[in-house]
Amino acid sequence: MNPLPGPHAPSTAPSSAPAQHAEVRVVATEPGGEPATLGPAALFIVFSRMALVGFGGVMPFAYRTLVERRRWVSAQDFASMLALAQVLPGPTICNLSLMIGWRFAGLRGALASLSGMLAGPIAIVLLLGYAYQRFGDIALVHDALVGMGAVAAGLLLSTAVKMALAVFAKERGFASTASTAVIAVAAFAGVGLLRYSLIVVVLVLAPPAIFLAWRQLK
Amino acid sequence: MSDDDSVIGGIATHFALLSMMAIGGGVIMLAPDIQRYVVDLHHWITAEQFAAAYTIAQASPGPNLLYVTLVGWWAGGWAGALVATLAIIVPPATLTLVLLRASRAGGVSRFGRALQAGLVPVSVGLLGAGGFVLMKSVDSDWRQVAISCIAVLALVKTRINPVWLIGAGAVCGIVGLV
Repeated sequence: MNPLPGPHAPSTAPSSAPAQHAEVRVVATEPGGEPATLGPAALFIVFSRMALVGFGGVMPFAYRTLVERRRWVSAQDFASMLALAQVLPGPTICNLSLMIGWRFAGLRGALASLSGMLAGPIAIVLLLGYAYQRFGDIALVHDALVGMGAVAAGLLLSTAVKMALAVFAKERGFASTASTAVIAVAAFAGVGLLRYSLIVVVLVLAPPAIFLAWRQLK
Repeated sequence: MSDDDSVIGGIATHFALLSMMAIGGGVIMLAPDIQRYVVDLHHWITAEQFAAAYTIAQASPGPNLLYVTLVGWWAGGWAGALVATLAIIVPPATLTLVLLRASRAGGVSRFGRALQAGLVPVSVGLLGAGGFVLMKSVDSDWRQVAISCIAVLALVKTRINPVWLIGAGAVCGIVGLV
């Protein structure tokens, strides 16, 4: 009954994933096809790396690393974990780190992923905060920040576009594709254009979305 | 920094309460309330310091919630930084862990799979909205919008590492293109 991903051994049993529904349980492979070792230490290192390159938010980098490069999770799995991470209270990226860490190595994995996500960035923020106190604001720094901010905003949007492309590439049949599109567009419009609260949008859209998915499952 | 104990106690309770209301990522949602609490209500830091903390956290790598660490630091020293960070992270993380643990027993029922599959389009739409809202808040003229759009195109069409694009954005800013 519960949608949250449970922990289980990632390395074995290449799942013959049912074509339609993202039942892709974890098959952790490096790009070369080698099974990855995913103990807490490995999770800590990978999440640290993602966090330390994650300028302007880690989500785009998490998607790139976990889905595109290492293929630890499928685009569909990432999207459904992301949805839960967004709905639960707390920073989305922290919830997502906990879920992915938990899936591979239980509680220790969850804590390792979250610590990796936070340790390096906290040190950097403190260093920069110290530098700011010492050196004040310099025009050059300000100008650079404006340009970086514009790119960072594009980064987040591009992750949404890529995720949408991956999701629609897996859709089969007109009715299913159309209902997926309607729900995605409604979620975008509700929060992005009409500025309704995210909670309201999720509460309104989730029941029909889940009902439609339920009907399509055999 | 009037009375350190009350600063740290205030940060701990207020931030911990706020953390549980941060649904949907929260960083944009919580910032106005944190500012109201530490700047307007208690005068622990100045509005300028708050803006700097926010910008520094946005410009640094990592989760952009970490402006709370700087706010805590400047309001209450090292203890303030520690307490502010823990107060924002620990309560929601505990809830998520409890839910993950509770889900351990559950198999993958039809409803569970429907829940996962059904949330996918919702999530895609919300992420798109997040990017769109962020673009509207940081891009103040057409040149910045153009930079954001070029970044979107480059990232969707190629597999370029985003770090290079961020660097290019910094250069654009320094040479006065934006």
